[in-house]
Amino acid sequence: MLKLSHADYEALRAHGEETYPHECCGAMLGHATPDGNQVLQIVRAGNTRTDRAHDRYNIAPEELIKIQRQARKLGFDIVGFYHSHPDCPAQWSKTDFDEAHWVGCSYVITRVNQGKADVTNSFLLTGTNEEDKQFIDEPVEIEMEKTQA
Amino acid sequence: MNIHIPTPLRAYTGGQQTVNVPGATVGEALTQLVGAYPDLRQNLYTGDGKLRSFVNIYLNDDDIRYLPAKEATATGEDDELTIIPSIAGGC
Repeated sequence: MLKLSHADYEALRAHGEETYPHECCGAMLGHATPDGNQVLQIVRAGNTRTDRAHDRYNIAPEELIKIQRQARKLGFDIVGFYHSHPDCPAQWSKTDFDEAHWVGCSYVITRVNQGKADVTNSFLLTGTNEEDKQFIDEPVEIEMEKTQA
Repeated sequence: MNIHIPTPLRAYTGGQQTVNVPGATVGEALTQLVGAYPDLRQNLYTGDGKLRSFVNIYLNDDDIRYLPAKEATATGEDDELTIIPSIAGGC
């Protein structure tokens, strides 16, 4: 299960509306717990795929390094990532799967329909390597009050 | 030098997010790393020993692929290596 605050949930959905018709992307910081990934902060990132931002996203490694440093300073881990699918289902695509390498992390996808955030789903990347990895549907628990670190 | 391990690879470093290894170059440090944690090898390298295309390794703020000496770049005790798998996708 993925747990995140209502504020973070709304913020990542709003990000997708702001960048529509392009894909947004960002990272989720927090902790892996026995019950699943607990998000304590989300961090917006830029989409470097300006050549086809309507259906692709990429976070620059340099930005990921900064995000990882930020997480370390806060005592958090990177526990997942989010992105939007403008006018596409909130379902992982072949591209999403091929490009998913963070086993144990949650991949949150929001369908943005005609500029409005619609369905948001989360998928947990499981497995041990590139050969046996798989996405599994992951319930999302939205907490009305932000969990303290 | 310290090597920062990303979340998905900590299963192979006993949960450690930072590992300290000796090494006068980037390559030596990485060799020490996979020597100490052999299960990391298949996650970092292809069968023929090349760094997997989606694995980025940074020496401080520089991608080692773009350093003139690449893995032969000299390192000091205060340098840091960061392993960071790529993040991409799309509908």
